[in-house]
Amino acid sequence: MAEQSKVTFIITRQDGPDAAPYEETFEIPYRQNMNVISALMEIRKNPVNSKGEQTTPVMWDMNCLEEVCGACSMVINGTARQSCAALVDQLEQPIRLEPMSTFPIVRDLIVDRERMFDALKQVKAWIPIDGTYDLGPGPRMPENKRQWAYELSKCMTCGVCLEACPNVNDSSNFIGPAAISQARLFNAHPTGEMNASERLNGLMEAGGIDGCGNSQNCVQVCPKGIPLTTSIAAMNRATNIQAFKNFFGSDTAL
Amino acid sequence: MAEQREFFFRRLHSLLGVVPIGIFLVQHLFINHLAVYGEEAFNAAAGIMHQLPFVLVLETLVIYLPILFHAILGVYIVFTSRYSTRRYGFFRNWMFALQRFTGIVLVIFIAWHVFETRVQVGLGNVDVNYSLMEGILSSTPMFWFYVVGVLSAVFHFANGLWSFLVTWGITQTPKSQRISTYVCLIVFLAVGYLGIRSLLAFAYGI
Repeated sequence: MAEQSKVTFIITRQDGPDAAPYEETFEIPYRQNMNVISALMEIRKNPVNSKGEQTTPVMWDMNCLEEVCGACSMVINGTARQSCAALVDQLEQPIRLEPMSTFPIVRDLIVDRERMFDALKQVKAWIPIDGTYDLGPGPRMPENKRQWAYELSKCMTCGVCLEACPNVNDSSNFIGPAAISQARLFNAHPTGEMNASERLNGLMEAGGIDGCGNSQNCVQVCPKGIPLTTSIAAMNRATNIQAFKNFFGSDTAL
Repeated sequence: MAEQREFFFRRLHSLLGVVPIGIFLVQHLFINHLAVYGEEAFNAAAGIMHQLPFVLVLETLVIYLPILFHAILGVYIVFTSRYSTRRYGFFRNWMFALQRFTGIVLVIFIAWHVFETRVQVGLGNVDVNYSLMEGILSSTPMFWFYVVGVLSAVFHFANGLWSFLVTWGITQTPKSQRISTYVCLIVFLAVGYLGIRSLLAFAYGI
């Protein structure tokens, strides 16, 4: 389309973690197959806003540029998603970019997703195999189960589910859907299963799985199509059983 | 255990919403529905409920304490959520918001309803019978207040039943959760019918 020679961006900016946010409009020349990141690169090349004033380049986070690292998530036209996979041709103009407000803002569109990594620590979302001697090979995993687990392993800690979740906010300590699904992933692994109760107990700690209010926004917005609400319901069942074992006592409580 | 207190309280909150509060709500509306068959039928049933042995202990353990706990923790839950139906207009997100909205309506409605009926009966000012409700509901604003209150209660119960099934890990797959949505809709319509039908009987004698 010849008349679409310019693309307009309205970007919510913030100079630092404690600075007040403000909006700035940019008009950049249209190129074919542009995505939001290439547009931001265009602004960086020539940081002049639509009023013709020289300004600072807009800061954003990015890494893989193929929607697998999760670093470049931002709110684009009201929807949290990866900016690398957001094609300008498919977006309504003017394109509005905002940082994901659930997270502390570092600068402009860069947010600090540390709470997600703290959540993974809370639920011990890893498989402990390090030791002082060779532990030998672990048990085998059935192929159909491996294929199923692969879907859960696609989580890239991008933060979109936390941004959409009504229960992840300043007044709640809820860890969010991503870590709950990761606990399920590692509990399904034949070696990870050996520490299943540790992850379930992590899910029962403050800010854990009980913070879910079943709004089910997470599963709707997940860019990887991870069945987050199924994971939450499955972990609900598992934590309930673990809680009964913990309280009433059982040989298999550990 | 201490660091898992929040988990325990939220699970207790979910359980109490259905057992006993949900069961009590359904029983309450079943008895109210007897008003449709006439004043004597309702008075007889209400009289039996009122003359149950240990009635005050039963009421305290089955009704007052569970509702009080559910309400206090519920209000906390309502004010620690961020509502986003404008940005994320999904069906479940609307249900999430409505569940919390009706919860607040119910705190007000139940407080008023208990004061106007049970507290007044306890103080000996009125007797629990058909004419008490007839008197309250003959005023049009009160009738509509009760319609809103009863529908909020039934919605909160039916939708709460859906999330109870998820919270206790009974419905996990999207398919089972979809079917339980329809089942809970039927519960809402059936119990809601009982409630509204008895309000009409009290207010207009039809």
